[in-house]
Amino acid sequence: MYLSLSDRPTTTKSAEPQPHGGRVSRTVVTLGIVSLLTDISSESVSAILPLYLTAVVGLSPVAYGLIDGLYQGVSSLVRIAAGWAADRTDRPQPVALAGYAMSAVARLGLIFAGGFGTISAAISLDRVGKGVRTAPRDAMIAASSDPARLGRSFGVHRALDTIGATLGPLLAFVILWRIADGYDTVLVVSLGFAVLGVATMAFFVPFRTGAVRRVALRRERREPRVRVRWRSVLTPGLTRVTGVSGALALLTVGDGFVYLALLETGGFAAQWFPVLYVGTNLAYLALAVPMGRLADRVGRARVLVLGHLPLAAAYLCAASGSGALWTTCAAVLLLGVFYAATDGTLAAVAGQLVPATVRSTGIATAQTATAIARLLAATGFGLLWYAVGPQVAMLLVCAVLVAAIPVGFAVLRRGSLAEPAEVRP
Amino acid sequence: MTRRSTLFGALVVLVTAAMTAYALSAIAEDDRRTSRATAAETTSLAQIEKGPRILFRHTGTDADYGHVGAVALDDPGGARAVTDLSCDRVYAQARSISCLATERGVVSRYRATDLAISEPGEAWQEVGGADLPGMPSRTRISPDGRLVSSTVFVNGDSYMVSGFSTRTVIRRIDGKSYGDLEKFTLVIDGRRVAPVDRNIWGITFAEDDRTFYATVATGGRTHLARGDLEARRLTTIADRVECPSLSPDGTRIAFKEADEDGTRWTPAVLDLATGRRTVLAGETHSVDDQIEWLDDDTVLYGLARDGEAVSDVWALDTSASATPRVLVPEASSPAVLR
Repeated sequence: MYLSLSDRPTTTKSAEPQPHGGRVSRTVVTLGIVSLLTDISSESVSAILPLYLTAVVGLSPVAYGLIDGLYQGVSSLVRIAAGWAADRTDRPQPVALAGYAMSAVARLGLIFAGGFGTISAAISLDRVGKGVRTAPRDAMIAASSDPARLGRSFGVHRALDTIGATLGPLLAFVILWRIADGYDTVLVVSLGFAVLGVATMAFFVPFRTGAVRRVALRRERREPRVRVRWRSVLTPGLTRVTGVSGALALLTVGDGFVYLALLETGGFAAQWFPVLYVGTNLAYLALAVPMGRLADRVGRARVLVLGHLPLAAAYLCAASGSGALWTTCAAVLLLGVFYAATDGTLAAVAGQLVPATVRSTGIATAQTATAIARLLAATGFGLLWYAVGPQVAMLLVCAVLVAAIPVGFAVLRRGSLAEPAEVRP
Repeated sequence: MTRRSTLFGALVVLVTAAMTAYALSAIAEDDRRTSRATAAETTSLAQIEKGPRILFRHTGTDADYGHVGAVALDDPGGARAVTDLSCDRVYAQARSISCLATERGVVSRYRATDLAISEPGEAWQEVGGADLPGMPSRTRISPDGRLVSSTVFVNGDSYMVSGFSTRTVIRRIDGKSYGDLEKFTLVIDGRRVAPVDRNIWGITFAEDDRTFYATVATGGRTHLARGDLEARRLTTIADRVECPSLSPDGTRIAFKEADEDGTRWTPAVLDLATGRRTVLAGETHSVDDQIEWLDDDTVLYGLARDGEAVSDVWALDTSASATPRVLVPEASSPAVLR
């Protein structure tokens, strides 16, 4: 019997043949398409949710606020648990599939939901689904990619994902534009895309994608599961990256504040608020692949840290107070650059710093720490905003961020993981 | 082609066909609805404007859905005049109308439009307006028609911090804006404070064009605040009062009182001199509207029919045991004009 339970990261990850040369693995593209379909589904609903809940269901904005809180919070809590489950069973695919399926069921629930209780249940289920699928999916991307081209793989995935996030609201508004009260139609179409996403996953992403151990192991009944120990997850490398990414996230105050600061200084008129998100999304999707390639070439940890420079520049635009249109455009684009340089890169870095057997948990840990730090940053910045005003607040955060970047750089360099070659097994 | 691909292909066709069929039937239903003439008896606006009247938003599911309508005060269930003006929220005084509307598009835009006449019976003219930063919620006009307020929900704000956010602005109808009320000095329970999470909504104006009342929410509590437009100050005077509405004689505030969860509201009345509250529990539905006064002891509000886009305007006596009745069917956003 062939048995290998060693914590050594394995080179050949899955049954799937490794792509040669310049191609991104088929699994990565398929996972990207799954995310695209799912994001069309979720973002079309997100775009109409405030209107739908207050105008049609008749919930007050107070109740909507409670729902929105659920929306934000639930997801990060379940992420680590799902990562753990994926590693423990050594099957990220079914865990991720369950996550996608939960969101599809939530869409169905939303169509029939009538009151506060049922709607918040449906929305929580959707967010739990999102939390469940993220880390196992990223682990599958990592497992299905040539380690030397990991950044680009994540770039391709995030670009496809963002196309979905851009098309979703567009689809919703086209429907509402044609059908005055077409909320039901948006929900039904959203359910359709969710079902297609789940089906794509179920049909075209093999069950064992991302599995680390050999098939033979399944016959071994005594110890069918891996014990996921925190000791093996929290490698010095992952701890350092999680710490640096989390610390920088404490200085990531969120697009909303950058846009509001621009609004305060007259950079644009209020009704264009939603367009800014679209602009940032477009910049993100255009740059996700080039940034991933850059990360592969010059070092992912390096790009992860230096990717915060465009964020600092966006703060500077927002603080400039010139009220000129170009500062608004620049800030929107710079935020897109920031996401392109950091979002996929974090998963790529984290996935390579832990043994392959605990990859989902490792990725989930880094992502959860970063997400929670960003929530804290938004709350803290809100206080600062009212205490010293938007301009001074933006300048302060910008200055601290610029000072923090070299520190983060040094911390990651000391662990000598800046070069992707060194984390290769 | 493998069996797997065939199955998947079949599923794609099935799901796409189902989505398309649903969308097409919804479009057909929408076309049917928007081409249907209103079922209510109609008359001309000039006829209605001869006497006291109730202005409202017509909610019959027909070609005039969302348009501003009017009925005679002495025959509210009778013939109505329906205009071309389309609003999500509308309010009026004798010579001014405030209309908050959504201009749907790939990016929905929201607009406040002010209309005015110098003599009743003339054609309404657009005299001003402003772009709104979010979805319309409340609007009111001061008794003399000079001041207009609007409250909207700002979606952009809630993106960054969990929770909803409102923006309330008071403008003069001739153009000058007093700005965002969150920037006014805020005094809660006698102490000057500047909480981050303050939200202000639901304005009602007094006769003097300076005093107004509003809901101020912060730290999970809602307060009734009296505002001073000249001093740019809001001072809280009571708790658990939302969407105040000052009675015509200026002595009482009608409002909606939230239950413990903050998800259901009951209409209530507060006597400003004595602080006595009367909860109008005869209304068992949750009322989410800014109440309007029909006269000094009757209030009006819009209430959606269960699971329908249609709402009706209900009237309720301000004694605790009174039961509500439908005053104007197929209507919301009532405004009483004398």
